[in-house]
Amino acid sequence: MELRPLWTIARRELREALHNKWLWFFAVGLAGLGLALSQAGLAAAGYAGLGGFGRTAASLVNALLLFVPLIGLIVGAGAVAGDRERGALLYLLAQPVSRAEVFFGKALGAALAVIAALGLGFGFAGLGLAFSGDTNATAYLSMGGSVLLLALACLGLGFVISTITRKASTASGAALITWLILVFFGDLGIVGATLSLRPTPAALLGMLLANPLQAFKLSAIYNLRSALDILGPVGQYAVYRFDAALPLILLGLLLAWIVMTFGIAFVLFNRKGDL
Amino acid sequence: MESISNPQINVTKVSKAYKKLLVLQDVSFDAYPGEALALWGANGAGKTTLLKAILGLIDVKGQILVDGCDVRRQGKLARSYIGYVPQEFVFYDMRANETMEFYARLKRIGEARIPLLLEQLGLAGHAEKAVSALSGGLRQRLALAVALLADPPILVLDEPMANLDTRLRREYLGLLLGLRKQGKTILFASHRFEEVSYLANRALVLEIGQPAQMLSIAALRERCLPELELILWVADDNRPAALSCLLSEGFDAHMNGRGTVVVRVPEGRKMQPLQRLQACQIPVLDFDLEEVQIWN
Repeated sequence: MELRPLWTIARRELREALHNKWLWFFAVGLAGLGLALSQAGLAAAGYAGLGGFGRTAASLVNALLLFVPLIGLIVGAGAVAGDRERGALLYLLAQPVSRAEVFFGKALGAALAVIAALGLGFGFAGLGLAFSGDTNATAYLSMGGSVLLLALACLGLGFVISTITRKASTASGAALITWLILVFFGDLGIVGATLSLRPTPAALLGMLLANPLQAFKLSAIYNLRSALDILGPVGQYAVYRFDAALPLILLGLLLAWIVMTFGIAFVLFNRKGDL
Repeated sequence: MESISNPQINVTKVSKAYKKLLVLQDVSFDAYPGEALALWGANGAGKTTLLKAILGLIDVKGQILVDGCDVRRQGKLARSYIGYVPQEFVFYDMRANETMEFYARLKRIGEARIPLLLEQLGLAGHAEKAVSALSGGLRQRLALAVALLADPPILVLDEPMANLDTRLRREYLGLLLGLRKQGKTILFASHRFEEVSYLANRALVLEIGQPAQMLSIAALRERCLPELELILWVADDNRPAALSCLLSEGFDAHMNGRGTVVVRVPEGRKMQPLQRLQACQIPVLDFDLEEVQIWN
């Protein structure tokens, strides 16, 4: 694999993704929400035991859980399926480039676009928090790292969807359904499983962590207050079981999601099926 | 030609099936420098599939060598010897010169050839325009310019003139003929006999479920040239007599809904029905010709 064609494709992909109005809509929405949360204070709506910055940041975590997966899934889903549908993928692969260069070029370009949009949104939200007075730059930057990993994991999931669908509209629809499952039905499924199966805290923690959004949530909350008791017995079990290694395990899980999703997407993309 | 140079493209016993549908069956051929080879067949006969296989984009049974490189193992290197032109140029949201620069970087060549190619292909005045603003003919010229960026010895074209009008098609054919005369190997899919007869030295006839056949252009003309329908206007009261006069001589004739007499004849026999009616002393008021395309 050569870097020059990979970077050439990444730059073109970045340029095209940055022309996507939805990306900027998400970024501006995220920035607006962050600013609004920082100004509103949300004294009553925050998590118990969190004060000032912690309350606002915890509210921001809930907003990020909605926005970030949607950005990653939508951008990823459009990356391959759209080009395949209009014949651009065939034309690109007919050039003297390898499939790996095309795939990783596209992935790098899409990742840079998502990082740019999130950087803008998250950056403005951070400015809002800074101006509100009560800040914790280290915790905020840690959360930024987790947000980035979550976005890339969802981007990888979007790439998986994109490589197995033939039409951009189908890929977008599948991305929205995946988002609904991760954000809403995942939680409902955990509640249902808890009521019907009465799992042990260890099993429940395992079920929670099968969803990258929950891994991000645990990581972000732990960063804010080094405890997860607000999540009940499961949170207490996680801290008791893994102690100081917990944040590393949660980051490792998000990294594993990134490697796994992009790995699966590449294997699917690399098959020489009909284009 | 075949005895003094090595083939640029060597295809040996290539087969491809989509589920149970066998699209290509033991296709074998060689293409030499300075030769234009047409892939001839109806839609779905496997022309595009064969071109994709030569570009190393799909897995097939058999072996394909491009300039000695096995496209399965050395696909990237093999594609560096090929300039590809699709049926319709798929463009990104870029200007014409930016498009050329993008593909030049992908092909790992300098940008020095870009102005030269834009000039040669009549695109110099359109370099700053968005590709989306170019006409279909200019886009196809741009696709050819992109294909020629690395000055490859082989051009692979998938019905490149399908969406062009007659005048643009003639211009494009002229460009391709010039490239063939420069020594490039041209492999192109087409279902227009005029394109094949103008540009190709030989034609590979593809038909679903049948072995591929390599034919000379003369043999293809004999086998596939359009039959003609000769539409004859004769006076109302003469029509039954005209029809029986033609049928008695063995012509494939019938009366159509407009009241004209229609005779189906091979290309080289279109005068004979007129001569026959003259012999029967039936005046023909007017006539028209329509092509009836047959594939194999």
